[in-house]
Amino acid sequence: MSIIILGIETSCDETSVAVMRDGKLLSNIISSQVIHQQYGGVVPELASRAHQKMIIPIVNEAVKKAGIRQEEISSVAAAVGPGLMGSLLVGVNFGKAFAYGLEVPFIPVNHMEAHIYSNFIEEPVPQFPFLNLTVSGGHTQLILIRDDFDYEVIGETRDDAAGEAFDKVAKMLNLPYPGGPQIDLHAKKGNPLAIQFAKPYLNDDDFDFSFSGIKTSVLYYLRDHQLRSDTGKTFISEELLNDLCASFQRVVVQTLVSKTISTAKKFNIKEIAVAGGVSANSDLRFSMQSAAEQDNLKLFIPKLEYCTDNGAMIAEAGYRKFQKQLFGSLTETASANLSL
Amino acid sequence: MKKQITTYSEEETIQEGKNFASQLRQGDVVALFGDLGSGKTRFAKGISLGLGITEIVASPTFTIISEHAGGKFPLYHFDCYRLRSLNELDEIGFDEYLFGDGICVIEWAENILQRLPKKRCNVFLSHGGTENERTIIIERIE
Repeated sequence: MSIIILGIETSCDETSVAVMRDGKLLSNIISSQVIHQQYGGVVPELASRAHQKMIIPIVNEAVKKAGIRQEEISSVAAAVGPGLMGSLLVGVNFGKAFAYGLEVPFIPVNHMEAHIYSNFIEEPVPQFPFLNLTVSGGHTQLILIRDDFDYEVIGETRDDAAGEAFDKVAKMLNLPYPGGPQIDLHAKKGNPLAIQFAKPYLNDDDFDFSFSGIKTSVLYYLRDHQLRSDTGKTFISEELLNDLCASFQRVVVQTLVSKTISTAKKFNIKEIAVAGGVSANSDLRFSMQSAAEQDNLKLFIPKLEYCTDNGAMIAEAGYRKFQKQLFGSLTETASANLSL
Repeated sequence: MKKQITTYSEEETIQEGKNFASQLRQGDVVALFGDLGSGKTRFAKGISLGLGITEIVASPTFTIISEHAGGKFPLYHFDCYRLRSLNELDEIGFDEYLFGDGICVIEWAENILQRLPKKRCNVFLSHGGTENERTIIIERIE
């Protein structure tokens, strides 16, 4: 009998549901919540309301597109944290109720763990042990993965996440939310060597990151060149905007790449994986690939649709937990600060 | 009580947070005000160190609230940068954290002025004249 997993992801902006049969993805529906673009950030209350409205139609759509019947589902998996509490609760409570109704087990999935599994959704997949860089709006983590569900966080950000720096700099530059793709777009047209920003914290003795300094450097640049008013409005030419984006992005990307590669070498790891929303950044994909090739490391980066939050990665992690019988109970609840 | 301090490096800002933490009492609410990059997260990190918390205290912008245990008191670290409506505070159970068993440290307190309790510590951080200079004004309102 085949194993069919329904994976639910509602930890932040996206309501996303996927169906997976025996490890093969049948559907992955993502409702990008355009409502946030008006606000320049994730707005928690709106997010959870939108999740409530979207969850049932998205589940129905995922089941329909997968070509299965609800009764065939073997287990329901949902992200239980970390994330925004109100948003998480929608997915967790729906998931538990749905599992209870179907009389199948519920599988709690850590959102950060699921990001690691985004590189397992499609072939080729990394071989254990490998080093994973998860880089998103809320996290920047270097994780050593020894085996399924056997991992250790060996480095993380000491202040802002890389994606958070992208979002905050984008906001300083009056770019719309989400900032990452916007900066990527402008950076392609700019000169990455035009402006010298301070290099973020790179201590060879540990594996941590810091991105708040580069954010402040951009702010100083705008202030020192009288490009930003006291009310936070920025006045800037298209050409300078492109150069600023390119120069900022280059520093962040180079920091991520050099730290990841040097960490892999230190641990004598031959395979590296990148996951999370910022792994959609074109410069990061290109630069990490070039650096990996140079050092004979095998690199895995998911397809774009599996970089940002998605149900498929929850279903993938859920499928592996199902095989190991790692079920949760119906008293399971969401936890905003869940760690790996 | 009101005092003004000037710091000239991130480390000094952290140290000031650490010094400040020694005066904190269980249930205290600390409101941090200041622009991007003015040192709010550094100051909060200093408070965490002063409380004896060893885990990394980073920016909680993504989850709005981060809880840190393991110190003298629990630290509830809020970041209101992304909030646009005060009702959103209810969703994270904001009021339940106030005056409880721990210390509440609130970044971007200017975004939730109306919801800040009257009895609190205000910490205003601003960029100084030189690159790493910061002015920190601390006042306790009883």
